[in-house]
Amino acid sequence: MSTPTTPQPPARPRLGVFKLASCDGCQLTLLDCEDELLCIAAELEIAHFPEASSEPAPGPYDLVLVEGSVSTPEHLERIRRIRADARHLVTIGACATAGGVQALRNYADVEGYLATVYARPEYIETLAASTPISAHVAVDFELRGCPIDRGQLVEVITAFLAGRKPAIPNHSVCFSCKRRGNVCVTVAHGTPCLGPVTHAGCGALCPTYGRGCYGCFGPAGTTNLPALVPLMQRDGMSEEDIGRFLHTFNVTAFTAVEEQGQPGTTDAEGPG
Amino acid sequence: MTDASNAGGVFEQRAETVLDRDGLDVLVRVLRRRGRTVIGPTVRDGAIVLDELDSADALPYGWGVELEAGRYRLRRREDGAAFAHSAGPQSWKSFLHPERVRQWSADRGPDGAPVVREEAQERISYAFLGVRPCDLRAIQILDRVMSGGRYRDPTYLSRRTGAFLIAAECTEPGATCFCVSMGSGPAADAGYDLALTEVVDDAGHRFLCRSGSEEGAAVLAELPRRSADDPTREAAAQAVSAAAERMGRSMPLVDLRTLMRDNLEAERWDDVTARCLSCGNCTMVCPTCFCTTTEDVTDLTGDHAERWRLWDSCYDLDFSHLQGGPVRATPRSRYRQWLTHKLGTWHDQFDSSGCVGCGRCIVWCPTGIDLTEEAHALHREAAHRERTP
Repeated sequence: MSTPTTPQPPARPRLGVFKLASCDGCQLTLLDCEDELLCIAAELEIAHFPEASSEPAPGPYDLVLVEGSVSTPEHLERIRRIRADARHLVTIGACATAGGVQALRNYADVEGYLATVYARPEYIETLAASTPISAHVAVDFELRGCPIDRGQLVEVITAFLAGRKPAIPNHSVCFSCKRRGNVCVTVAHGTPCLGPVTHAGCGALCPTYGRGCYGCFGPAGTTNLPALVPLMQRDGMSEEDIGRFLHTFNVTAFTAVEEQGQPGTTDAEGPG
Repeated sequence: MTDASNAGGVFEQRAETVLDRDGLDVLVRVLRRRGRTVIGPTVRDGAIVLDELDSADALPYGWGVELEAGRYRLRRREDGAAFAHSAGPQSWKSFLHPERVRQWSADRGPDGAPVVREEAQERISYAFLGVRPCDLRAIQILDRVMSGGRYRDPTYLSRRTGAFLIAAECTEPGATCFCVSMGSGPAADAGYDLALTEVVDDAGHRFLCRSGSEEGAAVLAELPRRSADDPTREAAAQAVSAAAERMGRSMPLVDLRTLMRDNLEAERWDDVTARCLSCGNCTMVCPTCFCTTTEDVTDLTGDHAERWRLWDSCYDLDFSHLQGGPVRATPRSRYRQWLTHKLGTWHDQFDSSGCVGCGRCIVWCPTGIDLTEEAHALHREAAHRERTP
């Protein structure tokens, strides 16, 4: 009689967490997953995560999460090495997906900033622009937010483990507001809100507490900024205010939308 | 109604009676004692929303609304009326067709094969207090959509079957209302268990009440009431007929179905596209928009999976995503889809218009797109085209 052999559990996929120019808030979201963290650690080998362990293990990694933007010549080198070591590369947060708030310098004089901020600017090596990771290497999935949403991070990891597409919708914050039963802050209170042009993902956190969305998840999959701007003006914002409202954590992404102007009015309509 | 199909049908309407404010208090108590979850209008976050009522005290006594395209404001009313406000940010759809429903879950069995567990339907016995005639019509439309055809939605049926509907006839239409154009108000003709008409005048604050079902009559019998007097009857009839004359909006007097069908390439679609945010608010607040998407989720172990149904919208780019991309890639095609379905092809699908004239989509569109204005513009453009061959 043959003895049934217990199948060996397959090796766990290896996780690497990296950062470039960023505040660490997005990668710390992983440690904030208190209820799920043990399960994540059981399903994935957390091989490289300096915020959690001082013993980083070398690649290759099956799943890599990267926060931060490409901001220095050294980042350019590092992101290529990280990509080469990553089977799947997911960028997390506004810095990694849009260049972050540090991309404000893309529209200013970097030399002038250096001279103003640093006593010895010659020690600083920086690029003229802060750019998203997708500008330099292929990215498998971009998770938005400043910071990212914990539930969405768990969903992306879970989807990776199951080999399916993450359930991360592309629509506007208005969808989340209406599903939550929120009263629209713009229509009922005249509060300026970027919700109609902002990517969902936060669960409409700000409008739920009666304030306007300030766009920390960047533009939604489809936007019509020229239609929204007059409402913000009506509700008391000057052109300068609106510029500041749009140019925060996702400055490059909203600037791209501003430059794109009105959405296309023709399409090759298929059946239906 | 104990049977949704019995909507105002065989039951013979009983004589009208009059309730005072304390009659409404007792009404809510009686319904709660009967195990009903009473939902009605109440003030929250600067709007008259629909929520569970513990007592009739939570009704928006003394609150009215000022409505315009893209604008909603509460205002105080001197007369203390409870139902003198028009449609708010939600509709009864939120309760009958919830935004998020788990449809089934599955766990990996001992042999590795998934064991699927159908979702048990939660039995909720609703009483809806203050249903406007336009919304009464909307519920009848949803009945056809969700349970009238080959596929009957168990979630909808479990919430709708046996729901007790108390209509409040409309005496205060908003600037965005056009139920008269859609033939759905301001009087409640059928589909209710009780119908109220609020009257506030020198003779006091009272509600002319009639029952529309056996259960409605039974509930009414438990309330402190008096038989209807002629002045109250006349005041109620006058208030409702005056409401019909005070509609803030109207549809063009043409066959809207034909108007939609024959103007798919109108230039007006480009004009409205410039104003449309594609935010989906109009579909979410519409009392008849029913579209959903499906989301399959797993847990981290992969041993547990769930299927959820969520409200979706034809304005979502992913809504028409097929192999190779979205069919309706431009905002123009998405707005056109919504309007032509609502006013046109809904007839082909469900034998009626999908619009009841409640005006919610006009009010809650941040940029104030007004479907009546769009219909008028399409009509004008078509007429102009005919005149200039």
